[in-house]
Amino acid sequence: MKRTIPLLIAGAAGLIMLVSFFVPPWESWGEDAGTWFNILQGFAFILGGGNLLKVHLKKVSDRRRGWGYSGVTLIAFVVALVCGLLKIGVAPLAKFPEHAWSGPYNQEGSAFWYFFEYAFKPLVATTFSLLAFFVASAAFRAFRAKNLEASLLLGTAFLILLGRTFAGTWLTSWMPPSWEEFTIPGLGVTVMQVFVTAGNRAIMIGIALGVASTSLKVILGLDRSYLGAEGK
Amino acid sequence: MAILDRLVKLDRRWIFLLMFLCVLVPILWGRTFPEITTPLVDRVFDAVENLPDGSKVLMALDYEPAAEGELGPMSTAFTRHCIEKKHKMYFLTTWPLGTQMIAAVIDREIKDGAPHLVYGEDYVNLGYKPGYEGVIKVIVTDLKQLYTTDHFGTSTSDIPMCKDIQSVQDMNIILNMSAGYAGTREWVQYASTPFPETITLASGCTGVQAPLFYPYLPKQLIGLLGAIKGAAEYEVALAAKYPKWGRPEYTEALRRMAPQLWGHLLVLALIIAGNVLYFVERRRRRGHRP
Repeated sequence: MKRTIPLLIAGAAGLIMLVSFFVPPWESWGEDAGTWFNILQGFAFILGGGNLLKVHLKKVSDRRRGWGYSGVTLIAFVVALVCGLLKIGVAPLAKFPEHAWSGPYNQEGSAFWYFFEYAFKPLVATTFSLLAFFVASAAFRAFRAKNLEASLLLGTAFLILLGRTFAGTWLTSWMPPSWEEFTIPGLGVTVMQVFVTAGNRAIMIGIALGVASTSLKVILGLDRSYLGAEGK
Repeated sequence: MAILDRLVKLDRRWIFLLMFLCVLVPILWGRTFPEITTPLVDRVFDAVENLPDGSKVLMALDYEPAAEGELGPMSTAFTRHCIEKKHKMYFLTTWPLGTQMIAAVIDREIKDGAPHLVYGEDYVNLGYKPGYEGVIKVIVTDLKQLYTTDHFGTSTSDIPMCKDIQSVQDMNIILNMSAGYAGTREWVQYASTPFPETITLASGCTGVQAPLFYPYLPKQLIGLLGAIKGAAEYEVALAAKYPKWGRPEYTEALRRMAPQLWGHLLVLALIIAGNVLYFVERRRRRGHRP
C-alpha cells in the first residue's frame, strides 16, 4: 500500500500533465494539477521545518561534533519563526486599525525586519562575497596551462574577464569602429554567443532527452528511486 | 631561487589581502569608468521604452540577499524606467525571501523616489507564492487562481489595476531578475515558450547564470542583462534618455563596476604569475633530473 498509492499518484499526475499539453480541451486538467502541486509545496515547508528540527535536535542531544552550530541553527530558526508568525512589533495597517495583526510580517521596524536586515542579510552577503577571495586564490594555484584544452580555457577566461570591464574597452580603443567585433569586448560577446551558446544548446538537448526518458520511467512505475527505501 | 620558492609557497592570506584592497580602494575612491551599451541590453531598454505609456509590466524579482549586489541595481533601474514611462508595475516573486527584495525596491524607488504613485493604481505588490515553477505554470493562464490577494491581504478583485488582468499573458512585458531556481529558465519554459505570441520576456541575471540563457536569445528571451555590467549598461542607457538618472547618486551599478575592474585585473595577474611560476618550476625540476 505504501508503495502502490504513491506510484499511482505519480503516474496519474504525470499522465495528466502530458495529456493536458497535447490535448487542448483537457488543458484545464494541467492547471488543476499545477494548483495541487502548489498546495503540496506549501505543506512541504512544514515537513521541511519539522525535518530541520528533528535532525538538529538529535545532533544536539547526542552531543555530536559541531553540535553548537546545530544549536545556533535551531535558535535562529525558532526566533525567525516566532517573529514572523506572531508578527512581533508589527503595527496594524491604516486601513484596518482595529486588527492588531493586519500589518505584514516583514513590515519595517518589526522584529522579523530587524532580524532580516541586521542578521540574515549581512551574513548571506558576506558568505557570497567570500567567493571572490577563493577565486583569487584558485587563480594563483590551480589555473595552469598544462595542455591545449587548459590553454584554450585560460584564453577564453582572459577574454571574458577583460571584456566584462572597462580594461577591455580601453586596451582595444585604438581599433576603428568597423573592427568592433575584434575588440576584446567584441571577442567576448562572440565567445558567449557562438561557442557558449552552441555548447549549451547541445547540453540542454541532451538533458531534455534524459528528463523525458526518466519521466516516462516514473510515469510507468519503472523508476521508483524517488520513493526512497520504500521503493525498493 | 629563494624568491621563487617563497612565491610558490606564498601564504594565501596575502592573496586575500590583495583582493580586499582591490575591492576596498575603488569603493573609497568612488571613481567610475565609462560603459558602452551592448545590443542585448539595448534590446531590453528599447522594449520597455517603446511600450506605450501606462503599459503593464510584470516585475518578477526572483532573488534573495546573496544576489542583491548584482540584481538589486537592475531592479532599481527597471523600476525607474517604468516610473518614467508611467507603466503599471506588478511585483511578484517565486522566492520566499524575494518579498524583502520587493519591499526594498518599492520603499526606495517608489515610496521615497516617486511618492505621487498610488498603490493599486500604479503599482502592486503581489508577493510570494510557494511552488516555484508551479506558480509560473498556473499564472500564465490564470493569475487570480493563485493570487487571490496581494501581499497585504487585499483581494485582487478590489485592486483597480488587477481588475482586468486574467493572466500573465495580459502583461505587455515580463522583466525577470533571476538568481537561480526558480528564475529565468522556468519563465522561459513555462511562459514565453508555450505562449510566444502573447508573452514578451526579458531577463536580468547573475554572472554565473548568463551563459546558460544565451541559447534562449533572441526569441524566447528578447534581451539579457548579465550581472552588474548589464545593470551598469542599463543605467547608461537610462541616463542617455533621461539625463536626471545619470547623476552619480543614481548610478550604483556603474560605481560597482570599479571594484569589479580591479578584482578582474588581480585575478588575471594571479593567473599569469601562477603560470610563470609553474613553468619556471617545471624547467628547474627537469634541469635537476639525472
